[in-house]
Amino acid sequence: MEIIEIVGLGLIATVISLIIKDQKPQFAFLIILLTGIAILLFLVGKISSVILVLEKLAMQANIDMVYLETILKIIGIAYIAEFGAQITKDAGQAAIASKIELAGKILILVMAIPIIGVIIETIIQLLPK
Amino acid sequence: MKLDVNMIFQIAGIAIIVSMIHTVLKQMGKEDFAHWVTLIGFIVILYMVATFINDLFQEIQRVFLFH
Repeated sequence: MEIIEIVGLGLIATVISLIIKDQKPQFAFLIILLTGIAILLFLVGKISSVILVLEKLAMQANIDMVYLETILKIIGIAYIAEFGAQITKDAGQAAIASKIELAGKILILVMAIPIIGVIIETIIQLLPK
Repeated sequence: MKLDVNMIFQIAGIAIIVSMIHTVLKQMGKEDFAHWVTLIGFIVILYMVATFINDLFQEIQRVFLFH
């Protein structure tokens, strides 16, 4: 039951940050940041096994590894951007948070463009001339 | 997970001690020293968090096939 550990960690960190926020708000922010990192690190360890299975399936299906790699990179960018945006928003900087989200979206779009190109080429080939 | 909880308690302890030192120094009338103590405590904790965030980013790069 790892969810109990995570919820316990979150509750402890919340209480501690509430106590410290009166005295030193910057330390409270660092505690929140550390908690977020800890939980995400734990989840990344879990998700790596899922991704290994996905890679194995893609190899068996003879899918070009470039596509899977692109999709995994997109997922990674989404996770990191979301994490940074949430932490920044928590610290009261909504403007920077929205810029981080925008950067994440644009980087994802840049990575997805080769795939979109391939799809459009395929569709054009399918069309009757 | 054990290490993470320990780190949170460590940071909380450092923050409380720094806050106490800050108050004591302020009572003694040494405000500039008090601010330095706060700054140094903050830098120490920031260093800990930065090493930890480096671990996280390395792990994400390893898992999500960044090269």
